[in-house]
Amino acid sequence: MRLTLDEVDYVALLGRLTLNADEKIKYMHQLEDILKYMDILSEVPTEDVEPMAGPIELYTPLREDVVAPSLSLDASLANAPARAGDYFKVPKIIE
Amino acid sequence: MSELYEMTAWQLAEELEKGQVCSVDVTQSVIKRIETVEELVHAYVTVAPDRAIEMAKESDAKRAKGASNRLLGIPVAVKDNMCMKGQRTTCGSRILANFSPPYDATVVAAMREAGMVILGSCNMDEFAMGSSTETSFWGPTRNPWDRDRTPGGSSGGSAAAVSAGEAILSVGSDTGGSIRLPASFCGVSGMKPTYGAISRYGLVAYASSLDQIGPFGRDIRDLSLLLNLLCHHDPKDSTSVPRQYPDFTTVLETPVSGMKIGLPREFFSKLDHPDVERVMKDAQSVFQALGINFVELSLPHLDYGIAAYYIIAPCEASSNLARYDGVKYGHRAENFSNMIDMYRYSRAEGFGSEVKRRIMLGTYALSSGYYDAYYLKAAKVRSLITQDFRSAFQDCDAILCPVAPTPPFKIGEKIDDPIQMYLTDVFTIPVNMAGLPGLSLPGGFSADGLPIGIQLIAPHFEEVRLIQLGAAYQKETDHHLARPSI
Repeated sequence: MRLTLDEVDYVALLGRLTLNADEKIKYMHQLEDILKYMDILSEVPTEDVEPMAGPIELYTPLREDVVAPSLSLDASLANAPARAGDYFKVPKIIE
Repeated sequence: MSELYEMTAWQLAEELEKGQVCSVDVTQSVIKRIETVEELVHAYVTVAPDRAIEMAKESDAKRAKGASNRLLGIPVAVKDNMCMKGQRTTCGSRILANFSPPYDATVVAAMREAGMVILGSCNMDEFAMGSSTETSFWGPTRNPWDRDRTPGGSSGGSAAAVSAGEAILSVGSDTGGSIRLPASFCGVSGMKPTYGAISRYGLVAYASSLDQIGPFGRDIRDLSLLLNLLCHHDPKDSTSVPRQYPDFTTVLETPVSGMKIGLPREFFSKLDHPDVERVMKDAQSVFQALGINFVELSLPHLDYGIAAYYIIAPCEASSNLARYDGVKYGHRAENFSNMIDMYRYSRAEGFGSEVKRRIMLGTYALSSGYYDAYYLKAAKVRSLITQDFRSAFQDCDAILCPVAPTPPFKIGEKIDDPIQMYLTDVFTIPVNMAGLPGLSLPGGFSADGLPIGIQLIAPHFEEVRLIQLGAAYQKETDHHLARPSI
């Protein structure tokens, strides 16, 4: 598996990361090596095998809809990097 | 008499019950030990001695009023990825360096409720991604047996703390071996329970279909105490399995004669370290003398475990870690021109290199056009690995195998070679893939005196078998009594 720097850039954008020039080259080679290692999976015949998402039988647990205390506004906002009154402050999204 | 910090929780519980000592004495002994050796080991991200003494006083007051349980007043350390209300919980990362959770993880709440004394938060690989506790933003933890070596990871701080006498008990989390490997490297006992046995509410997520919280202690008896406290259904965790858990301490004396242990030939054919081979042979002799029958069996898909894991775990991680966006909590970059850049710069500054590598890998594997070739293929191989175990357990009660291919490796030895680091987990990863309980026990020492663990694996929710076998094993051996000379 060969990767290009453009592909590395694209994956970094999808993953919401920025990489400097050194990181791009390092990750390009490391990802190539790791993906090459993953090739051994192609040895395993899996045509009739169901994929497995988790180790236990998942179900949707239901409970009574009971009113319970929730976090206060201040507790919810206490870790915010930027706050404006009772809101999380973020950069302008709509142009 | 040995120092209080050297004793097991079980021994301390008896002393506390008799009124020979109080929790404040025990806690002060452990804090003094932390002050002496923490500089050499770096097991903790945050030590909270004042709070610990307060908690010890409260537990002594509770006892004076008639409260009594074996964990009341026992000091415990918590991996830095479990939320503690109002106490910094960083997950070994810069991105959460100042995060102060508004609530307690269910396990933390249970320990508080039981009157345990929480000493602080233990160092770990950043976001639990690593096998050596070297990727922590706060710097590496050192192995108490040889400080040039790693304690294993990712729960290296939790294991090193118990090993060095900086905690009586601790809790960690295990996604691909992160409890069992450090237990092996640090010469302590550690268990990854069945997926769904212990609530993960308040555990910072890494790979949700694999993550599991579990206990560390100096012996299996101590593990059984913590398991009794922690194995409970929690309505706040939808993957927590509703069932009745037995009192794990009741099987500590149960004979094991006649039980059948499986030896997977793929695990043993992989051994090429003489000390690990010797330790495994010794363990077999011990179990044989206990009346255990052995059956050779096959787990044919073992070789594919690491490849499948290092697709599935990074895929889940890339999705789980999307929440670190610099909006509601965590690090936010200072300079950016738009929203997307705010995300990208905050994350680039906040995450370390192993976390970025796994986000890149997971994002790539899930990106358009690659999903079938990577994630779907790995999820199918996961089914096959699980089926291997299912058929193996038709012929045996538990499986015996190594924890790691080698004794503890040197700090820096594998950090620049991700694949070599990933291969450390070859014997532990399949257990997470199938969601099984796995136990790591001290099994002996390398020629140069480094701890080597043995691993026992049981079917889903058969932790009792592991405890039964582990207790019988530790009655016949003294590896778990050895302490590092630090």
